[in-house]
Amino acid sequence: MKVDATLTVNGTAYPVQLDPHISLLRAVRETVGLTGSKEGCDDSECGACMMLLDGKPVNSCSYLALQADGREITTVEGLANAEGLSALQRAFLEEGGVQCGFCTPGMLISATALLRATPSPSDEEIRIALAGNLCRCTGYDGIVRAVRGVAAPGLVP
Amino acid sequence: MTRTFVAPATLDEALAAMAAGARPVAGGTDLVVGARQGKAPLPDGLLAIHRIDELRGLAETESGGLRLGALATHEDIVANATVREWFSALADASAIVGSHATRAQGTIGGNVMNGSPAMDAGGPLLCFDGSVILRSASRARTVAIADLWTGPGSTSANADELLISVELPAPAPGTGSCYVRLEYRRQMEIAVVGATAVVTLDGGTVADARIAITALAPTIRRIEAAEGALVGSDGGPDAIEAAARATAEASTPISDVRGSAEYRLAMAVVIARRAIAGAIARARGEHIPIPASPALHGAP
Repeated sequence: MKVDATLTVNGTAYPVQLDPHISLLRAVRETVGLTGSKEGCDDSECGACMMLLDGKPVNSCSYLALQADGREITTVEGLANAEGLSALQRAFLEEGGVQCGFCTPGMLISATALLRATPSPSDEEIRIALAGNLCRCTGYDGIVRAVRGVAAPGLVP
Repeated sequence: MTRTFVAPATLDEALAAMAAGARPVAGGTDLVVGARQGKAPLPDGLLAIHRIDELRGLAETESGGLRLGALATHEDIVANATVREWFSALADASAIVGSHATRAQGTIGGNVMNGSPAMDAGGPLLCFDGSVILRSASRARTVAIADLWTGPGSTSANADELLISVELPAPAPGTGSCYVRLEYRRQMEIAVVGATAVVTLDGGTVADARIAITALAPTIRRIEAAEGALVGSDGGPDAIEAAARATAEASTPISDVRGSAEYRLAMAVVIARRAIAGAIARARGEHIPIPASPALHGAP
């Protein structure tokens, strides 16, 4: 039995009909059609599927899509603004925080959640916050530099 | 069978759905992940409880205890000033559950009812004499945490009972507490070995001690021999060592992908020693950062 719901993704409301067992990740990728968020492990280990739900990070592969009905969902596609990429996205490019790119949508969402909660994180706080996001290419240093670079200026060593 | 999904706003509607066979989901961080891993398929009848205001809240009670609504997340728990000051071991535990996504979505109600012998928050809830309020459509009852877990992944709750809240009484003055785990990865990790200590000092003497083991037995449980080794002592290195050794001697770990039984037993002494020393230090007013893991990693 499919259930009616409204998924509001990056400010746009999408009326959908969903099987109760469908994950938020599959609903956003396959029903809404936004494929920026990735399925890495489908097991909540890797963080490639991370989205924001009412501003809080969620591993969308392990969250029921119908529980997001009527709430605000943000994916990597929602981070850029009218002027282009966000400061964090530009910093990832400038610092070599991206290689194959598969982890990047989740990394960006995870780092965005961190910076909203903790505008001036220490390197240790950055590494802890991103430790739920696995990257097999970069060795993480470029990612940490990118996040450090957009943290509130003057407060981070 | 047809799959159904309801997300009511009231507890009465939720309990009616439970009575009709639906099973609850909140953050999904155990239930949905478990289904993905093939542990158990998702229930056909799903009851999403995230809209129910009666299940929210995390507040000090009039008697100085704590009431955690079923929907209190680990993020809520870590951020709570009362928890950090008076129930530090619980803050130590909630601070290291999963990743920040897990802590933002994962609830204490789901964590407790999942019944994992490796759950980080379990030892602290047990040592703080916690109890849970369970409700079905026909009755409400209070169950001590000590009587709730009956085996790995199983509880004494009936299938139609919903956890409403977790209640912790006020700790005695002079109490310090600490939870430490052995971990391979800083986030998205499950305790390889964990230990909780809640110690009350009266002057220079240990007046009361609670020590519990995590991932070292089929359920999280207290170790009376270890507690007995501390009570009446000065809480010094010899007493801590005796309690830590008693903790390991009472442990009955399994071998699995995260560690062999032999390794877990060897580490049980180390982790128990750190947790007990951390609790005594906090009872003395010394500052140990939250979470104690990794702050105490590298300690003797």
